[in-house]
Amino acid sequence: MTSVRDIPVPRVGVEAPAAARSAGLTKVYGEGDTRVVALDAVDVAFPRGVFTAIMGPSGSGKSTLMHCMAGLDAVTDGQAYIGDTELSSLNDRQLTVLRRDKIGFIFQAYNLLPTLTALENITLPMDIAGRRPDQEWLETVIDTVGLRQRLGHRPSELSGGQQQRVACARALANRPEIIFADEPTGNLDSRSGADVLSFLRSSVMEMGQTIVMVTHDPVAASYSDRVLFLADGRIVDSMISPTRERVLERMKAFDVQSEA
Amino acid sequence: MWRATVRNLLAHKLRLALSGLAIVLGVAFVSGTMIFTDTLGRTFDDLFASTAADVNVEPAAAFDSGLAGTGEGVGTVSSVPATVVDTVRGVDGVASASGFVRTEGVYVLDGHGDVLDTGGAPGIGISWEPDPALSSSTLVDGRAPRGAAEVALDVDTVDKAGYALGDSVPVLTTGPRVEAELVGVFSFGDSGGSAGASLAAFETSTAQELFGTPGQFSGVGVSAADGVAQEALRDRVAAAIGDGFTVRTASEQAEALAGDFEEGLAFVETFLLAFAGIALFVGTFIILNTFSMLVAQRTRELALLRALGAGRAQVTRSVLAEALVLGVVGSTVGLAAGFGVATGLRSLFGRFGLTLDGGLVFATDTVLWSYAVGVLVTLVAAYLPARRAARTPPVAAMRDDHVAVERSLRRRTVLGGVLTAAGIAAMVSAFVVEDDGAAASLVGVGALALLLGTIALSPVIARPFLRGIGGVLPRLFGTPGRLARENAVRSPRRTAATASALMVGLALVSGFSIIGASTNASVDGALDQSLGADYVVSTAVAAPFSADIAEQIRRIDGVDSVTQQRLGQAQLAGVQTSVSAVDATTLDSALALDYLAGSTAGLRGNGLVVDEDTAAGRGWSVGDRVEALLANGQRVGLTVGGIYTTNATLGSAVISLDTFTAAGGEALDRFVYVDLAPDVDAAAVRSSLEATLEAYPVVTLKDQTQFADEQKGQVDQMLMIINALLGLSVIIAVLGIVNTLALSVIERTREIGLLRAIGMDRRQLRQMVRLESVAISVYGAVFGLLLGIVFGTGLVQALADQGITQQVIPAGRMVLFLAVGALIGVLAAVWPARRAAKLKVLDAIATA
Repeated sequence: MTSVRDIPVPRVGVEAPAAARSAGLTKVYGEGDTRVVALDAVDVAFPRGVFTAIMGPSGSGKSTLMHCMAGLDAVTDGQAYIGDTELSSLNDRQLTVLRRDKIGFIFQAYNLLPTLTALENITLPMDIAGRRPDQEWLETVIDTVGLRQRLGHRPSELSGGQQQRVACARALANRPEIIFADEPTGNLDSRSGADVLSFLRSSVMEMGQTIVMVTHDPVAASYSDRVLFLADGRIVDSMISPTRERVLERMKAFDVQSEA
Repeated sequence: MWRATVRNLLAHKLRLALSGLAIVLGVAFVSGTMIFTDTLGRTFDDLFASTAADVNVEPAAAFDSGLAGTGEGVGTVSSVPATVVDTVRGVDGVASASGFVRTEGVYVLDGHGDVLDTGGAPGIGISWEPDPALSSSTLVDGRAPRGAAEVALDVDTVDKAGYALGDSVPVLTTGPRVEAELVGVFSFGDSGGSAGASLAAFETSTAQELFGTPGQFSGVGVSAADGVAQEALRDRVAAAIGDGFTVRTASEQAEALAGDFEEGLAFVETFLLAFAGIALFVGTFIILNTFSMLVAQRTRELALLRALGAGRAQVTRSVLAEALVLGVVGSTVGLAAGFGVATGLRSLFGRFGLTLDGGLVFATDTVLWSYAVGVLVTLVAAYLPARRAARTPPVAAMRDDHVAVERSLRRRTVLGGVLTAAGIAAMVSAFVVEDDGAAASLVGVGALALLLGTIALSPVIARPFLRGIGGVLPRLFGTPGRLARENAVRSPRRTAATASALMVGLALVSGFSIIGASTNASVDGALDQSLGADYVVSTAVAAPFSADIAEQIRRIDGVDSVTQQRLGQAQLAGVQTSVSAVDATTLDSALALDYLAGSTAGLRGNGLVVDEDTAAGRGWSVGDRVEALLANGQRVGLTVGGIYTTNATLGSAVISLDTFTAAGGEALDRFVYVDLAPDVDAAAVRSSLEATLEAYPVVTLKDQTQFADEQKGQVDQMLMIINALLGLSVIIAVLGIVNTLALSVIERTREIGLLRAIGMDRRQLRQMVRLESVAISVYGAVFGLLLGIVFGTGLVQALADQGITQQVIPAGRMVLFLAVGALIGVLAAVWPARRAAKLKVLDAIATA
């Protein structure tokens, strides 16, 4: 198996510091008979300015990996780093501040607060921190997601795709070290999904953003720079400059494996 | 469907507990009230059923005063002469007969010389009846009293005072104060209870001397010979002694006495049930709110059932069945909790001296009403959301983001607007209407309409109000403040219903405090104007006391005039009226009456002075002759000699002390006004007054300020009881806020997860929930206070003629209530906020 560290990344050198990485990351649920190893000593690095997709069959541990890396879930063993900060050394409050300042989130659904307008949702993390948003950057982000006309609307007045673009803008507006996206197109039709993915893609290309996206959709994965394949809590393969067909092909192998 | 219902109930234990709590509290108060009043009734029934004699003879009252034996009964005279007793004894079929003496205003003092606290219950003096067939008292210790220096007391009094046989017991009689040796202890009636009253028994001749008239009795107890029916004996006795006496069998006697009390009891029950009703009314909001929220949260689940083929009726039935189970369980627990409430009420009333003996009475009615009320309210509260749930289109089950659309508030606006307008109209017209009673009921009806109108309009007002008032939240508390405000206005119906519970409670509390403050101010004003005497001697509750006191005061140097005021009932030109009896020669120095016509001189002899309302109402003017029938049956022609402006101290009609005494009115004073001679050392006179009164601890000496304070103290005490009872509805309101917040937190679990994920810390989250809670409670408090001010001032205006002449809005209290409202918000949020902060981020986001 290829070591993840050796995977060449486009546009950025191997030596470039990772936006996030893990060492021997292990997550175990339950005990005794119900013991399940969700992550089995995973070493992974997410280099800056790279769009990484994580794929794998259900139960492979891809969501758990994301949650542990994002400080949403405690690890059983090993370390997870955001920049140089090791997460298990942080208390709840420090973790909260880290999430607020360094990480952007895009979830599958229920991503926005229904009581706030689109603009208020976008600036929410900064509002919570009590900081004024960088106005120039905010304008750039708003223009990039193309929602200028809809800033005063509430989520219930926006389509699913528009809502998800607001969520993307919120994740970007804070200039986080890294954005974690959990099935961001899972609830969208293909056209809206394509909009959101193009937008994520361009934020990596043009703004140098780092994105980690968990998905089961080969089309979504094809927008990324590289794909990591997880199975049984381990990284079993990776693919650079993926296409839909190649990803699909690789996923079929899992199906064969599991049927065997 | 039934299985789904049961599963659903069990699956949401927390929600179940929260909504059940509202039912429990409402039912607990209803059943507690019923248990308490039943117990109260039983105590009094026992008291009256204990009339042992087969037949009773009493002097006939000219008319039913309706107040006999309640401590207000005046004018009963001991006018059964000894000869009548002898006549009765000679009637065929009489086994034994003996005259008894019984009167109120006989107080037992404790070892410190203070009056034993009977808390408003009377101090009763009786003659000891040795014949067990005639006596309702049974000796439990010692022996019967003999001679002038021996007394027997009831068990409770002995316990309270800590006396033992052989102790010297000071007793204030309606005549002199005496010291007697305690020789016997007796129990009274079947349960041994005397409902707080103290009983002091003397030998008959001594009783006549101390608090009766020698040779005269209050009544005659008769026991029937074997085989003689009570009814037959009654008729024979009545025939033998002729007119002028009331002859009753034992059961008639008990009924007659209990009848008077039942009126008083019915008032207590109505009073308490009114509060139970308020508690239940407030509780209904919470149950309604809870079910609305539970159903809203289960919309998808219910829609799934619909998609799987359940009919609308089935879905409605399923929700109603859930409500039924909840109602039954809640009512059962509430019924049990009612015992706690009844126990609490018993100790509350016990503090005021009304001790109830024996266990609590648990009647079938209590059970039936508790279930009827608890289950019915729950079903009604669940019906509306159930119908709405059934209408949920099945597609909602497929949609991930089904958002319950806020229904239009138009109907609410119209209904609320109409009710509010009607309420205001009724209250305004109350100012115009002349008749006091009509004005008061107009205010009542208006207040109710206004309250219901405000409740209906509440969701409409909630949004602009919270946006306005809530404007300060973001400025003061940043993003948590803004989110809190948005959450509070998110569902105006929910916020309004939650706040309404508090609104009702605070409207009543603040309304009553305005009435209380206005009454107190009026007492001050009235006394300032009318009290001319330097001192007033009276008991705290205007109880009767010995005329000896006034006699002794008269002998003190430096006292210029002493004016006695007695109270009684009389029929004036056929209409029963409470009358005061005062000495016409000294009245002017005691009370400064403001005469519109005539003067105090018109009171002399068989004169009558009345207040303006009475004069106007009856069409009397000075010089008119008024036929008066006094309690003992004497008819006296009175001449109207004066008409004065409303005076709270004297009441509506005054006759002279001479007329009262001649008509056989009891020689018991209610108030004694003392005026000092000019140029005397006031301090010296006061100390001699105090020295004289030391022997009569039943009364106190008060200067004008102290007298006013005492009157106000009673108002304050009443206010305290009312507030204590209203406190329950406020507690229910607090639980309602807790309930709403807790369910909101459950409903918004994903949002909370999202907020935590993108960087809101626990402190901020708790702050957010707390601020929402405060916004809701302040909303309820503000409107509660506004309504309370309208109710209070309206009622004060309506009661202006009853002596409440001053309009006072206690601003300090109002601010305090508002602060309490905010505090309630903070307290109610503690638990839901902690729950919200404890949610694990990942679980919260993953919640469907």
